Amino acid sequence: MDNTILIEKSVIILVVFAITMLMAMYMTLAERKIAAWIQDRIGPNRAGKGGILQPLADGLKLFAKEEYAPDTPNKFLFVLGPTISMTIALITSAVLPWGDKLHLFGRDIILQSADINVGLLYIFAVLSVSVYGIMIGGWASNNKYSLMSAMRAASQMISYEIAMGLSIIALLLMTQTLSLREIALQQNGMNWNIFYQPLGFLIFWICSFAETNRNPFDLAECEQELIGGYHTEYSSMRMGFFLFAEYASMFVSSAILSILYLGAYNYPGMDWAVENWGVNIANVIGMLVLFIKICFFIFVYMWVRWTLPRFRYDQLMNLGWKKLIPLALFNILVTAVVILLLK
Amino acid sequence: MSLDTYSFSGRKKQVSNKKLTWLESIYLVAIAKGMWVTLKHMFRKKVTISYPEQTRPFSPVYRGLHMLMRDDEGRERCTACGLCALSCPAEAISMTAAERKPEEKHLYREEKYASIYEINMLRCIFCGLCEEACPKQAIYLTKSKVFAKSNSTRESFIFGKEELVMPLEMAIQNSKQNQA
Amino acid sequence: MIEILFYILSTLTIGSAVLTILSKNPIHSAIWLVVSFFSIAGHYILLNAQFLGMVHIMVYSGAIMILMLFTIMLMNLNVTNEIQKPFVTKIVATISFCLVGVLLLSIAMRANQSFELNYAQTGEDFQSVHVLGKILLDEYVVPFEMVAILLLLSMIGAVLISKKDKKVA
Repeated sequence: MDNTILIEKSVIILVVFAITMLMAMYMTLAERKIAAWIQDRIGPNRAGKGGILQPLADGLKLFAKEEYAPDTPNKFLFVLGPTISMTIALITSAVLPWGDKLHLFGRDIILQSADINVGLLYIFAVLSVSVYGIMIGGWASNNKYSLMSAMRAASQMISYEIAMGLSIIALLLMTQTLSLREIALQQNGMNWNIFYQPLGFLIFWICSFAETNRNPFDLAECEQELIGGYHTEYSSMRMGFFLFAEYASMFVSSAILSILYLGAYNYPGMDWAVENWGVNIANVIGMLVLFIKICFFIFVYMWVRWTLPRFRYDQLMNLGWKKLIPLALFNILVTAVVILLLK
Repeated sequence: MSLDTYSFSGRKKQVSNKKLTWLESIYLVAIAKGMWVTLKHMFRKKVTISYPEQTRPFSPVYRGLHMLMRDDEGRERCTACGLCALSCPAEAISMTAAERKPEEKHLYREEKYASIYEINMLRCIFCGLCEEACPKQAIYLTKSKVFAKSNSTRESFIFGKEELVMPLEMAIQNSKQNQA
Repeated sequence: MIEILFYILSTLTIGSAVLTILSKNPIHSAIWLVVSFFSIAGHYILLNAQFLGMVHIMVYSGAIMILMLFTIMLMNLNVTNEIQKPFVTKIVATISFCLVGVLLLSIAMRANQSFELNYAQTGEDFQSVHVLGKILLDEYVVPFEMVAILLLLSMIGAVLISKKDKKVA
């Protein structure tokens, strides 16, 4: 029994890792394609049919490049930076429920690497740590632009974490649990949290843009002022890891958004599907639905990137501290009052 | 109406530094508008031309690679007078003249012809002055409809008669068309 | 299994803590401190206090240490421009460190027994956020609110300090 659960969890972990990596790879292609479409272009279409092999070609190129390191007294930290970024981006997915359960080999398999009691807090803990990769990498580069970028990334991420946390508290008042699996189960049918927490959803969404360092909050890596920011001095696959980590964290944050607010793997008529088609088929459809939701958020990430200009730094801080945090507090107040009245 | 306020294009706008209202300051409306614009662009017709497969159509007066013309009987028109070389502002053209032998009457129209005719495509500015200077209507830039292709050595950009003279098939086709 | 984990974590904690003190470079020091905080969070999780472990990572590694690193990086402290402290300061520091060590050791040795008594009896799941929240807002509501007021005060203080005095200028 103990062994089977070990195997089961290992398989799930492996699959989740593989999917995250694969998605991150193909998100680079998607980004270029969407950028092209928005600018009335076609986009990469030479490697494979419709450019389908482009990520492989890019990866191969990065591997083949010279691994250059600047003259820094901290070679170890220099290597540590991208490593941390990558690790953090990947371990967030440990607590995410990818589906309810499958019934295989005579046993229920819960489609989640670890159903811990404090799943949501785990995600926040990991997110709050994720800035270390950028900070250490930026500092160890021994370059003032990289250092500036690291500073910007750190202050930006800390600022937006607060609004993010506050918007989640309003959600917690409703769900009354920190376990992501239970939150997903509560949103059965069309009982999605977005309908009860539209403001919280919006704040969380905006903050997740800032947390993943995406445009319009990509001040940490803006080309014009900081020449690429924290990865200026990086080359070859070390830089690839930084970029890869950004895409992986985009994937994970899209997954978090869809699990917390957009009903996770639930779709209307899931109960009916479970009764009539069986658990397995219903849940496979559920996973696909979750995947579609994630892809939607990823698409919006890219869509926004190629639409909006970057914020100025003071605008960024004003938006975070003077607009989003009061809004989130207001949201908590309203949620609390409504819950109290309905009791 | 003073010049300061008059709008020649009809699109002039007064710059306003008014303070944003609260709704504007959270940017949501403006963002939604911008997103709608880019979304519309995603489904527009793409302007890209996938080059080696598709090419842009040439204009009828496009000046491309030079062509040394043949007449209706397939004879070279050039008489190696050197006026093209003289008129060339970039000094790209050079030639060597030779006298036509009796048995070569079917090859060259005039009694004198260019045994060597070279244009340096790195120097040529495709101005078309050679075409205007030619008294025999022997050189044209508008007929070939091809570019001077890129290459990796300088020598290969000196185009000789092999590259420049009109291909025989083209001459045959032309004369057929003229007879019909 | 858990004992092995405990020993590994303990070595990590103490080792990184020692390296925090011994590192010449302040940045290295701070990073070792982060490692130390992480392993302490590991201890919490080993004790089945998941909530505490996560909050520890969030607050200490995620917020406080980032701000520390932030400051150190901006100040650009190097090994070369480190201020040499006088000999007396070093001696005083050593003595006070030893005293604190003795104090902590004595506390740890005395507290050894009272630990196991309550936990086994209640049968409640103390790692759960529900129980924790109920206890905090029921039995310990006064200290809880006190802490909240203290935090609020320090926040207001920070805002006041950072605000520019317009009258003077």
